[in-house]
Amino acid sequence: MAWFNKPKYGLKAPDHRTEKPKGLWTRCFNCKEIIYNREWEENLRVCPRCGYHYRLNSKERIQLLIDQGSFQEHDKNLSSVDPLGFENLGQKYQDKLIQTQKKTGLKDAIVTGTGLIHGIKTELCVMDFSFFGGSMGSVIGEKIVRAIQNSIKQRIPLIIVSCSGGARMQEGVYSLMQMAKTCSALTKLADEKILYISVLTDPTTGGVTASFASIGDITIAEPNALIGFAGPRVIEQTIKQKLPNGFQSSEFLLEHGFIDFIVGRKELKNQLAQLLHFFS
Amino acid sequence: MAVELGFEGSVIEMDNQIKELAALEAEGDVSFQLEIQNLTEKRDNLLKEIYNNLTPWQIVQVARHPKRPLFSDYIDGIFKGFIELHGDRNFGDDQSIIAGICTLEEEKVFIIGHQRGRDMKDNVKRNFGMPKPEGYRKALRVMKLAEKFNKPIITFIDTKGAYPGIEAEQRGQSEAIARNLFEMSKLKVPIICVVIGEGGSGGALALGVGDRLLMLSYSMFSVISPEGCATILWKDAGRAPEAANALRITAQDLLSFGLIDESIEEPLGGAHRNPELMTQTVKEILITQLKGLKRLSIKRLLDKRYEKFMGMGQMFKE
Repeated sequence: MAWFNKPKYGLKAPDHRTEKPKGLWTRCFNCKEIIYNREWEENLRVCPRCGYHYRLNSKERIQLLIDQGSFQEHDKNLSSVDPLGFENLGQKYQDKLIQTQKKTGLKDAIVTGTGLIHGIKTELCVMDFSFFGGSMGSVIGEKIVRAIQNSIKQRIPLIIVSCSGGARMQEGVYSLMQMAKTCSALTKLADEKILYISVLTDPTTGGVTASFASIGDITIAEPNALIGFAGPRVIEQTIKQKLPNGFQSSEFLLEHGFIDFIVGRKELKNQLAQLLHFFS
Repeated sequence: MAVELGFEGSVIEMDNQIKELAALEAEGDVSFQLEIQNLTEKRDNLLKEIYNNLTPWQIVQVARHPKRPLFSDYIDGIFKGFIELHGDRNFGDDQSIIAGICTLEEEKVFIIGHQRGRDMKDNVKRNFGMPKPEGYRKALRVMKLAEKFNKPIITFIDTKGAYPGIEAEQRGQSEAIARNLFEMSKLKVPIICVVIGEGGSGGALALGVGDRLLMLSYSMFSVISPEGCATILWKDAGRAPEAANALRITAQDLLSFGLIDESIEEPLGGAHRNPELMTQTVKEILITQLKGLKRLSIKRLLDKRYEKFMGMGQMFKE
């Protein structure tokens, strides 16, 4: 009955998981409802209709979690070099880095520092997807290690909010080794019996999931986040079939026993504070 | 049947000629000694010339050579009294990782490694050397046993990567790898890791955190396969040779970066041409390395392991 099938016309809605909406109104990526942008922003970039959680950048995330004015950033000026001399279609990685730094105002895909969460002093690392897809290279590894060392020095808990596509391939095996480097540093934190909370947000995949992000004392996630080791496309290519709905979502991870609980953005700070309080 | 690598030129042809001459000689009473000697010399010179100038992509092909010695060949060639230990005590026994106990000369050691298959049937059993979470958990269980009884660990790395599949995700591939990285960095026994073929990303690193990371000279170690990198950057897996170049995945490059500790020279024309010599070389190096590591106190060993990984990274520090 093919002649009754309607061809799919129409414009594809922009993917507001990654780009900030412009203008007054936005169509929700998930429920397709039209939302007034201000309402959406006020709702912490969570769709007021369906509850879909959109991505926050590091600045928004810190604003969300840290008591106003209490954040002190560390190691702000660590920035990547191009250890391999990597080039893509004539564009040097080094040039792309500088371009991205200008565009985002960040030096790399993570911001680290200390701040208060409902008055409890905490070491916080927040990854930023807008910088090279949050990918982990030497700088991320080093900043996380320094954050861990600071946690130990000040005896304050550590929270890492992950948001990353995985290792940064432009830094080759250097980036791969950051997986070992961060996990190795975490053993020292464990020796000192200092709390480490890993917060997984959309998306957390590849080398980040397969290292520090998966081994928190407490590991939690925001709703509807994509979290997994291999990317969905890679898996589909390997097994040659379509993946079931909700595969590699936070809910999927909870069901299979890899996270402690899922928490909505509105409740995130309170829940974290409660955990920090309990373990202090 | 000989497997021909595109860049080996007339080497295989010469191999066949030498074989034919030897067969003829065995049949009759005419001696071809001189011809065989000449031809062998000529072939070896050619091999030397080719293998001294391999491009990274050619090295990838040698690392994936179907005749390249597998972990099982190293078990047979290096160690004595091997007893395999199966299962992760939780879910199952992943055959893409072999673990067990044996001796290296007089030394009792634990060995663990990725196992690929020789043929299709074997490869299906071994899942093409791509472990699932239970494989990594088996490895960790056995490593903890080594720690408990204070025996050194030697790992052999040879995988395209951890298996990307539905059940692997369901059972926590990420957590299994992360746990190994975490635990291996504080295991209180010497750990030597050798990349014998392909060292594919996190799936390889999950057996690669130790006191020494060694690579065979024509093996590779990479954050992503050259094909995967080419697909992401240029939407064209066919451009893998360029990606192999850009990713700096050879033992020589990684040694110059200080990311590995030693490059182990392979026999003329690659490990597949002389597996006996290859295993013998690896054996000798393992003995030397282990002797060196055993001289260190456990505290010193762990401190050095920690410092080694903390030093990995290149950045501007303003």
